[in-house]
Amino acid sequence: MNSAPAVIDPFAVGAPEAEVGALAAAALALARDLKLAFRRPAQLLQPLAFFALVTMLFPLSISPELSQLRLVAPGALWAAALLASLLALEFLFRDDAQDGTLEQYALSGQSLTALLFAKTAAHWLLTGLPLALMAPIAALALGAPTSALPGIIAAVGLGSVTLSLIGAIGAALTLGIRRSGVLLSLLTLPLSLPVLIFGARATQVAISGGAIIAPLELLAAMAVFGVTLAPLAAAAAVRISLE
Amino acid sequence: MRFTWFHRLGSPPYIYGLARRLTPWFAWSAALLIAGGVWGGLVLAPPDYQQGDGFRIIYVHAPSAWLSLMVYTSMAVAAAVGLIWRIKVAHALAASCAPIGASFTVAALVTGSLWGQPMWGTYWQWDPRLTSELVLLFLYLGYMGLRAGIEDTQRADRASAVLAVVGVVNVPIIHYSVTWWNSLHQAPSVMRLAKPTMAASMLVPLLVMFLGFTLLFLALVLVRLRAEILARERSSSWIREALGA
Repeated sequence: MNSAPAVIDPFAVGAPEAEVGALAAAALALARDLKLAFRRPAQLLQPLAFFALVTMLFPLSISPELSQLRLVAPGALWAAALLASLLALEFLFRDDAQDGTLEQYALSGQSLTALLFAKTAAHWLLTGLPLALMAPIAALALGAPTSALPGIIAAVGLGSVTLSLIGAIGAALTLGIRRSGVLLSLLTLPLSLPVLIFGARATQVAISGGAIIAPLELLAAMAVFGVTLAPLAAAAAVRISLE
Repeated sequence: MRFTWFHRLGSPPYIYGLARRLTPWFAWSAALLIAGGVWGGLVLAPPDYQQGDGFRIIYVHAPSAWLSLMVYTSMAVAAAVGLIWRIKVAHALAASCAPIGASFTVAALVTGSLWGQPMWGTYWQWDPRLTSELVLLFLYLGYMGLRAGIEDTQRADRASAVLAVVGVVNVPIIHYSVTWWNSLHQAPSVMRLAKPTMAASMLVPLLVMFLGFTLLFLALVLVRLRAEILARERSSSWIREALGA
């Protein structure tokens, strides 16, 4: 007679919104993405390997002298970080679009904005954060002093938040397009330039030992701006792509 | 109803006819103004006391640069209108704006770099305004690339509209960060020469050129808009009547 305790499936079609709040649904989506990603650890390492590889191009192509490399280190680090995060966008929506998960998200009655924000957060945890933790190693190899490392971690960490958010819009817009890699970079790179400018500036100041707080605050401001608006645009773009 | 005229703006046949009637007016007034502006700028205006005759490129450069931004803004507004009220004509208008705006951006970049050769001694300088102009060109290219990448017209309209709106929000951020970035790297250069207020003989032709270029844009966009509407409505019956076929 007595029914089993109801298992709440937040993504069941027609699930009443009151049962699972937007935050709880977002947390579930985040946990799902993290779990799926950790089942394929090799894929997680690829952007990091790419980042290390691009960083390595600079000593090989410019000069092995650390004193010279120190001058180009901010640019090299940020160009590598930008490319690595661009490469990682491939994983953001593609699988979920192919197996229909994204469609279910859109139909779930939950806020698509919140769900996509959770997906973007997962993406940042899986690529932006590891990049931020790896950047100091690359910076050391390019001749940055140890005193610069906390600043570099903070700059790459904050900047990659905005990069993930901008990338989410671009990835959502190009969902239905085959071989969209070049187009995706054409869409996202111009929008990412402010992050590159202030990120490289923060790195440069960190290496020369100045006060890093101003560029970091600007990076944080852009991250807050992105968190506020980018998921809305990404949700609109996903809906259009699913039409 | 007093506002019925407004609703007609969403109707493709009405806009098609309106565009056809308005195009010659814009085109001829643009031709007259540009001819007058060129004559005033190249013949009547005296050479600049510092830049000599080199300054005259401003008569093409400044209006192109102004239009490159103005067209992007109009495109974004049209795209937003199309996105919010689902008006097909607005999307067609946004689609017609993009190639024209990109052409003005290229014109501004080319004339800017030609001006830079005698003034700066180099064709390219990472000047903040030239750099933002270059980024703007990439924004246009991205917009057109996205539109070309999606086959379904309606989806292409709506997706590129989102991109245009995101882009227009970002344009000021990009512009100010580029300005800030550049001011760190180099001291104010020739570009910052305290500009004396221009003499009227130089300023008037410039203003005439601004107006002429804007009218030229309007004429061009109406021609493109008509082509765009024809392509989109090719299976509608009113097309036959409009073309007298």
